[in-house]
Amino acid sequence: MTTVRPRPGEEHTRVAVPGTAAVRRRARVSRRGERRRDIARMIGRRLLFMVPVVLLVSLGLFGAAAISPFDPLVGYLGTRYMTTSDADKAIIAEQLGLAEPWYLTWWHWLQSLLSGDLGASRSFQQPVAQVLGERLPWTLLLVGTALAVAIVVALGVGMLAAMRSGGWFDRLVTGACIVIQGTPPFVMALGAIAVGALGMGLFPVAGLTDAGADPTVGQVARHLLLPAAVLAVTQVPWLLLSVRQSMVSSASEDFVAGAVARGVPAPVITRRHILPTSLGPFANVVGVRLPELVVGAVLVEEIFSWPGIAGAIVTSARDLDLALLATLTVGTTLVVLLGSLLADVVVALLDPRVSTDG
Amino acid sequence: MVVAGALLAVVVAYAVLVPWVAGVDDRVTDYSSARLAPSLENLFGTDSAGRDLFVRIASAIRTSLLVALACALLATVIGVVVGTTAGLAGGWVDRIVMRSTDAVNALPHLLLGIVIVAMFRGSLLAVVLSIALTHWTQVARIIRSEILSLRHRPYIDAAILAGAGRRRVITGHLIPAAAPQALIAVVLLLPHAVWHESTLSFLGFGLPPHEASLGTLLEEARSSLLLGGWWTLAFPAGVLVLTTVCVAVFGTSLRTVLAPPQPSELRL
Repeated sequence: MTTVRPRPGEEHTRVAVPGTAAVRRRARVSRRGERRRDIARMIGRRLLFMVPVVLLVSLGLFGAAAISPFDPLVGYLGTRYMTTSDADKAIIAEQLGLAEPWYLTWWHWLQSLLSGDLGASRSFQQPVAQVLGERLPWTLLLVGTALAVAIVVALGVGMLAAMRSGGWFDRLVTGACIVIQGTPPFVMALGAIAVGALGMGLFPVAGLTDAGADPTVGQVARHLLLPAAVLAVTQVPWLLLSVRQSMVSSASEDFVAGAVARGVPAPVITRRHILPTSLGPFANVVGVRLPELVVGAVLVEEIFSWPGIAGAIVTSARDLDLALLATLTVGTTLVVLLGSLLADVVVALLDPRVSTDG
Repeated sequence: MVVAGALLAVVVAYAVLVPWVAGVDDRVTDYSSARLAPSLENLFGTDSAGRDLFVRIASAIRTSLLVALACALLATVIGVVVGTTAGLAGGWVDRIVMRSTDAVNALPHLLLGIVIVAMFRGSLLAVVLSIALTHWTQVARIIRSEILSLRHRPYIDAAILAGAGRRRVITGHLIPAAAPQALIAVVLLLPHAVWHESTLSFLGFGLPPHEASLGTLLEEARSSLLLGGWWTLAFPAGVLVLTTVCVAVFGTSLRTVLAPPQPSELRL
């Protein structure tokens, strides 16, 4: 930045009048730098905060497993539990490290996790890393499609409803949202199967492909439609109502009245004035809804037999497959915490009025 | 609100009266009348074990609402205790408590519920605890901000000046003033708790399958559906959605009646 040297006799006006271009620019640059540092500090603080949360969640998981009436040997041996002698059971328990107190089990699990060894999944008879590698992409495909559809629908329909707020379309959309909010995702998934797959025969009932078929793009896309649509619909109401609400409330703000007074055409006002200020709260809601998106994914994958990682949570919980369950619980917690941090960063970048100490 | 309240009353009356009037055990199976379509004999049809769905759905709502009520009450009690503590203590206690509240709030609720219930399978207590322990955070937040705004009201100062002790101020003035908020919280938590209980039971972690709850009924519908039994899904799902929507609408209107946005006492 070049410093403008004040000519003699001009110092006073140069420095004191805040309207001077150089001064204004300097102030803006330093404010922007400060803002960036604030956001960086928020990211650092929130990342540090995740460590104790994740440690406590995993510790709680192992502790609960220890006081639960479930005998891990039954899970390990299955039906062979009946035919194995007590002496053999003791040996197996010793080898599996079941005799040690639960906090030591937790400690060993944590140590091997940090060294990159996730352990072996009992219910899938595979290393946990392999289960993740095979199933995670399908979940990302399902959740990514659903979230993208939900965001597009919520923004589009929410805008339309907000533009004629109080009209018949607005009331119809709001009413539908309230009913969907009251419907659990699994009920909606069953309903979708009943109507879309069994009733009209348009979509396959479940699975990734038809039985025995190769996972080609066409096959997967046809099987993806229904579950992704259900997952999207379960998330739309919250996003849509928030877009609608913030658009309706920013429509009555002074800067909109000012634009109307200046004779700016209505579509331009909606696009350039109302929409940008409504996006901040929207990003926030997307972040807040992330845990519910995970929950929806768990149910949709379970019901549609989608071979993703969220459905594996139900399987591993059913078999008390602790190695997989612990990894998935900690992993999901991390993803949700990181996701809501990302949403907060986006909100802070979009709207300079938002404070960064949260 | 009137419509929602009336519909809710009808649902509750149905849940209470029908099992009582019918006088049959809804768990008794009769395979000769399995999977009958709705008729005058069986208004909502029968399930795959020949149980009349009209009676069974009624006792399912009763179970689900009772479980949900227990969850909502427990969650609210936890939330009120945490929120009051944080709001009154202030300073570092407040900061630590609210940070932890945020942390619990950020966890995927159902996932923790599944983990807890899977470890103590078939235990009703585990179902209630798993829901209550993950849902008190909103209540704690609301009660804390309520306490914070109440603390500096003139009438609290007046009570302190009149010689009321700490305990008297808390139990006699602050908690009664925050009570409407707690009541609203219970009502608004109800649909969510119904939702969680039915989801856990649906996944096979909650109540055992012979006990009627909205979750176990829908789990049963999942297999009947493939055999053409649309009524096993339509009626329980319809009743479930009707109940949760009515409770939610009722709770929201209760809030506008009981706790309207008040102007400050100082600016009268």
